[in-house]
Amino acid sequence: MIRDITIGQYYPADSPLHKLDPRVKLFATVIYVIALFCFKGIVGLALITGFLYAVIKISKVPFKFMTKGLKAIVVLVIITSVFNLFATPGDIVFWKWGSLQITDTGIINAVLMTIRLVYLILGTSLMTLTTTPNQLTNGLETALAPLNKFNVPVHSIAMMMSIALRFIPILIEETDKIMKAQMARGADFENGNMIQKAKAMVPLLVPLFVSAFRRAEDLAMAMEARCYNGGEGRTKMKPLKYESRDHKAYAIVIGFLVLVIIAANVVPFPQ
Amino acid sequence: MGIIKTKGLVHDFIRRDEEDNVESITTALDHVDLDVKEGQFIAILGHNGSGKSTLAKHINALLSATEGTIWVDGMDVSEEENVIPVRKSAGMVFQNPDNQIIANIVEEDVAFGPENIGVPTEEIWERVEKSLGAVRMTKYRNHSPNKLSGGQKQRVAIAGVMAMEPKCIVFDEPTAMLDPNGRKDVLKAAHELNETKGVTVLLITHYMEEVVDADYVYVMENGKIIMDGTPREIFSRVEELKAHRLDVPQMTLLAHELRQAGLPIPQGILTREELIEAIMKVK
Amino acid sequence: MSIILDKVNYSYSEGTAYHVQALKDINLKIEDGEFIGIIGHTGSGKSTLIQHMNGLIKATSGGIYFNGQDIYDEDFSMKELRSRVGLVFQYPEHQLFETTIFDDVCFGPKNLGLDKKTVELRAFEALRNVGFPHELFYQPPFDLSGGQKRRVAIAGVLAMKPEVLILDEPTAGLDPAGRDEILGLISQMHKELGITIILVSHSMEDVAKYVDRIIVMNQGSVMYDGAPKDVFRQYKDLEAVGLAAPQVTYLMHELHAQGLPVDLDATTIEEAKRSILEVLK
Repeated sequence: MIRDITIGQYYPADSPLHKLDPRVKLFATVIYVIALFCFKGIVGLALITGFLYAVIKISKVPFKFMTKGLKAIVVLVIITSVFNLFATPGDIVFWKWGSLQITDTGIINAVLMTIRLVYLILGTSLMTLTTTPNQLTNGLETALAPLNKFNVPVHSIAMMMSIALRFIPILIEETDKIMKAQMARGADFENGNMIQKAKAMVPLLVPLFVSAFRRAEDLAMAMEARCYNGGEGRTKMKPLKYESRDHKAYAIVIGFLVLVIIAANVVPFPQ
Repeated sequence: MGIIKTKGLVHDFIRRDEEDNVESITTALDHVDLDVKEGQFIAILGHNGSGKSTLAKHINALLSATEGTIWVDGMDVSEEENVIPVRKSAGMVFQNPDNQIIANIVEEDVAFGPENIGVPTEEIWERVEKSLGAVRMTKYRNHSPNKLSGGQKQRVAIAGVMAMEPKCIVFDEPTAMLDPNGRKDVLKAAHELNETKGVTVLLITHYMEEVVDADYVYVMENGKIIMDGTPREIFSRVEELKAHRLDVPQMTLLAHELRQAGLPIPQGILTREELIEAIMKVK
Repeated sequence: MSIILDKVNYSYSEGTAYHVQALKDINLKIEDGEFIGIIGHTGSGKSTLIQHMNGLIKATSGGIYFNGQDIYDEDFSMKELRSRVGLVFQYPEHQLFETTIFDDVCFGPKNLGLDKKTVELRAFEALRNVGFPHELFYQPPFDLSGGQKRRVAIAGVLAMKPEVLILDEPTAGLDPAGRDEILGLISQMHKELGITIILVSHSMEDVAKYVDRIIVMNQGSVMYDGAPKDVFRQYKDLEAVGLAAPQVTYLMHELHAQGLPVDLDATTIEEAKRSILEVLK
């Protein structure tokens, strides 16, 4: 189940999308989400579908790999669309039972909601699929740098994200190890009711916290020993620099949003 | 003055209870005098809790002394403005390979130090290239550290320190968590840096076999230096080492036992070759 | 009491690009009262192997029999197996979690469903068996030295009264004094409590000094299984797979090559000394 979630996973490939500056991809994702929620009518939908299709093709990420990520949200999509389907009042009522009803607006809303959710997941996961976690942190740090003026510790946040990424696999491995060690002492993590299960977590969580704190202390010392002193006066091995393809990408993304807005105002039908 | 010099260095760990009253005082360093010449390979030997790691942290300005003075490259470590320059000239490699790698890609981790001290981008690339080459890890530059073995991770950590171009590197039990092969690789890297780049090395360890090739050895116990000398001098004192419950290299121990049994074998045997030669002479 | 492994195979991530066969056709029989050393370099499958012996990892194929009972039988109690085959992991001090040392040692027997009095008796006995000073019983475990913590962790497994005790590199990260203490303790538990010991180690010298039987693992298979002197006689093959014989073995072979008729099977300092003195007198 956890393995099926493709959001946050990176798919290594050599595509123009992988090479784009992470800031462009962050910007494009925001624009895409805006477009997804303000489009109207069939033309708008066609524009977005076309855009999504093109970007997926360019990314060289197999479509199958992406749909695997959808499995995790199937339940969410079904609940939302069922809710929309039965609870939206409309002009033409096809079926009615108590407060439940199926109407024309309900059907349209359910379909639109499903499309929006699926497109949302596909589009945003494409961002993480084509950007390494490091590029992403780097991109966020650079893109959000202006917030420094408002006393937002952008560098520290980015550093924390990057360290978290580094230690998540280590802590997962450690959890597995401690769990096995306690099982060797007869601990039972699987059976019992909620309270017993919660209690059984203590022998796992205490050592895990102790170890995490020890690691944090070690790491802080190792960083200090290597002259880490916060973001000030720091240079970068891989500073972000815009290339011509990044400028082109910005232009395409803005053009896309403009088209979607025009379509929503000029041909806002059906609905 | 040598590159690292301490005079009457004392460090007390003071434990306080909730009301800030002193609960206990542990003296981790007890008037330590040390003088390390540039370019030497020095080993500091001792049990856990003998104060050797505390000493290491002083050399990197990670602790401040209760009493006494320590100079690194002529700079008094206790002066606030010397902290960063001291850390630049004395790098440090720690025990746990996992807890000292910061970045998610090998080459970016090596770059971490140079980035912190504001080295220009182009030069960072040069330094990363050189440092990874020096520890033979160039092949892994784009790997995630999580996929490396313990010995490889330690070599990445060494490259990360090298990239700051220090004059001296303190290795604080770098092999304690490694398997025999990883241990060999890390030691080899430390010796190579000393020989080819002239970096002063301070190796802190509790493995006797690792100090055989050092220029000079200090033995610590209860925060004091209790023995010092060349490896040969130290290993001539087998009974004394045993009394301090320190390990003696297998060949030295066997030579000692044979001498005790009456064979005319000289003191201070360090290697297998030396022992074979001595035994064949007896025959 | 015996543990039999019959054609045990284990692989993970089957059907993907990361597929690894960690164990290949392992056949082993472990008898009552043995002192066994398992050696092999990192990734040779030794940790995977020992976790099969108390059911923490389930074999992909093959069978494991404890006292003639198939441990994969549906009505076989894994909990009981784990109490009778104790497993001390690497850096076992990381599993301590209770507020006092004594409570932590009680964790194992408590999980066996024993009554309070028996649990406490067992914890008491286990701590005494590892030579832990009584005045520290009710201290928090986190302030102890590395070697002391490890003693507590071993007592935590010992309190379950295992018949077999498996230890995964119990001396890793300890200094020489701590290492000798732990190894002495293990040897004493074997002698005085009659527990079967399986010791996973990187140190050939330690293995040569203590064990009666060595199992060499390489790439998921058993490469050698026999008495130390028989295994170390193959020192050239051991080297080829990244292992080594004790330093004494090399010395004896080189002396022999130079015409000194010393005993080639000597693996410890004591044996080497005896043999050299004999030849030279």
